[in-house]
Amino acid sequence: MARFNEQNLATALEIVSRYPVAKSATIPLLHLAQEQDGHVTDDAMEHIAELVGTTPAQVLGTCSFYEMFKREPVGTYLVNICTNISCQIMGGEELLHHAEHSLGIKAGSTTSDGMFTIEDVECIAACTEAPCLQVNYRYFHKITTTEFDDLITDLRAGKRKDEIPPHGTLARTRQHIPADRGAGPADPTGVPEPTWLARNATGEEQGS
Amino acid sequence: MVTVTNAPKIVTSRLDDPEGHTLERYLATGGYQGLRDALAKKPNDVIEEVKSASLLGRGGAGFPAGVKWGFCPPGVFPRYLVVNGDESEPGTYKDRLLMERDPHQLIEGVLIACYAVGCSQAFLYVRGEMALAQERIAQALNDAYAAGYVGKNICGTDFSVDVVLHWGAGAYIVGEETALIESLEGNRGMPRLKPPFFPAAKGLYLQPTIVNNVETLSNLPWIMRNGGAGFAALGAENSKGTRIFAVSGHVNQPGVYEVEFGVTTFRDLLYAPEYGGGIRDGKQLKAFIPGGASAPWLYPEHLDVPLEAATVGKLGTMLGSGAVVVFDEDTDMVKACLRLVRFFARESCGKCTPCREGTSWLEKILQRILDGHGRPEDLNLLLDVCDNISVGMAWPPTQTTICPLGQSATSPIASAVMRFKDEFEAYLGGPVELEVEIKGAAFVGPFEAATTEVSTGV
Ligand SMILES: Cc1cc2nc3c(=O)[nH]c(=O)nc-3n(C[C@H](O)[C@H](O)[C@H](O)COP(=O)(O)O)c2cc1C
Ligand code: SF4
Ligand code: FES
Repeated sequence: MARFNEQNLATALEIVSRYPVAKSATIPLLHLAQEQDGHVTDDAMEHIAELVGTTPAQVLGTCSFYEMFKREPVGTYLVNICTNISCQIMGGEELLHHAEHSLGIKAGSTTSDGMFTIEDVECIAACTEAPCLQVNYRYFHKITTTEFDDLITDLRAGKRKDEIPPHGTLARTRQHIPADRGAGPADPTGVPEPTWLARNATGEEQGS
Repeated sequence: MVTVTNAPKIVTSRLDDPEGHTLERYLATGGYQGLRDALAKKPNDVIEEVKSASLLGRGGAGFPAGVKWGFCPPGVFPRYLVVNGDESEPGTYKDRLLMERDPHQLIEGVLIACYAVGCSQAFLYVRGEMALAQERIAQALNDAYAAGYVGKNICGTDFSVDVVLHWGAGAYIVGEETALIESLEGNRGMPRLKPPFFPAAKGLYLQPTIVNNVETLSNLPWIMRNGGAGFAALGAENSKGTRIFAVSGHVNQPGVYEVEFGVTTFRDLLYAPEYGGGIRDGKQLKAFIPGGASAPWLYPEHLDVPLEAATVGKLGTMLGSGAVVVFDEDTDMVKACLRLVRFFARESCGKCTPCREGTSWLEKILQRILDGHGRPEDLNLLLDVCDNISVGMAWPPTQTTICPLGQSATSPIASAVMRFKDEFEAYLGGPVELEVEIKGAAFVGPFEAATTEVSTGV
């Protein structure tokens, strides 16, 4: 299993339709595949290749370049701890070591119960709140080691489910372009000058 | 000593409003008026208005926005606008706030730019890891579509443009504009060679494409409402308006502050009670990064330098992404260097040998030094590798790579080795004679610039 299910296929087709060239939908569709299965499977990449008109090898090439796409299952909670410069000097590395110690795993691996994966990541754009981390890409700022342990305890106990959706489901809201409001993708081959430019270029003030 | 101006908040006015991201609150606070004002003008006049504001790009390179828009070859359509919301520069934390807390301001800016340039479609490339920013933008777009501000016949005119939210997936290099375009085309995010691929001429699908930063575009609604001259009346000779700075590291009040260009100095930003509030625990300042991890660092003697692109450029560094990272006297500079270099080594896209190999060798050598296995010749070896990535380490750097990522890794190291040689020697167990000559202005001292013109090419 792992081609898009019926509902996700509809979403995938909607996403593809927004781009002048279908291949541009590759990354959004890889996200969708990850949302469906928790990681990106070979079948999903084949299906994406069909949908965007390219080869599975090209989809894999793109998929493997980006950090967020996981080719293997990860824990229910993906804990990304920033150790980049601002976080480093505010205790990010100590936080990472504490996390490794208290979960009993090394960065990059998953606890045996499949609950937590920890990663040592680059700057997550919350530098003024250092040291910081993300759980399934939701932010936790100025985290102390005690707060880290409390967070883990909460998550183990099944709390904070509303706050932190499952891995893969990045945005809960999707963009919808209403059929009657969409201007439609502009085909890169031979689209004429948009009317509003033409109107203004030949308008009454021309030459002024 | 401390100058805090009463310049208006141009881009951050809604940042503290918990409802600032909603369409309702946006409209209640003057939202979409700038778009209406723009639609009442001819597209060319909008470009002229933005040119008269002298709005410099806020993404790093600081190129004037109106001028860049004028580079699209005439008569070639369709044209695309791509919003660079990939913010991943270490220390930087402003575009995410703008996207999360004021998405409509950005969307309005996008529409104004599309109208001026003649773009038929805009793509908002948001960094993959920013879940909340994506949610807020998606919601804002849905509301704006429903209310007639985006899509077909915007505000009842014949101006139509779709704004599409696009996700990144975690790669710093994708912030570079041509890499962003590759990524948007569904490929690995690897920079293209410029020339010939200047996006304004040959960008997305090889069509004319304008790539602008989130903060740059967020300035446009204010400029339309208050006029380019009103904007240009603020700031300094060569840097107009205000700018968001994110101050992080060893200060009492790390935070995001909008300040007027040229009036505020680094000392204000780091020490004023309204801003950084001084170095924590009453410690001394050792060094600071003035514009994100790619910017060569500055030292206490540079504190009175005003926040203004050209002046900072003369010191051999840049305001770049507006990220100021502060290091106190206890900072281990060797460790800090290793962390910065590791970032560049990890994020190198691998296309150019000097960057791919050089950054990872720098990382290995520094790691060895920190582990206590360094050799006395390692210090010269470090400088030699730097010199091979960025020849002469002059500023602006000589181009040996497709994009500036590779050379960014060299300046913190070269600077730290010159300035804090004793810290390296302590790890190496004895004094070392330096044999490699460094030419970069940042290593010379205040105002002794090797070059007067700033051209970072970032
Ligand atoms: C390695 C590298 C990373 C960059 N990262 C970003 C980024 O995260 N956000 C951004 O807006 N610009 C980034 N830039 C600058 C862009 O290439 C480009 O100059 C900018 O988006 C143009 O927008 P502006 O003219 O509005 O500043 C980066 C450049 C380089 C070389
Ligand atoms: S300098 Fe580095 S990141 Fe930039 S194109 Fe070359 S290899 Fe890629
Ligand atoms: S350095 Fe950690 S979030 Fe930026």
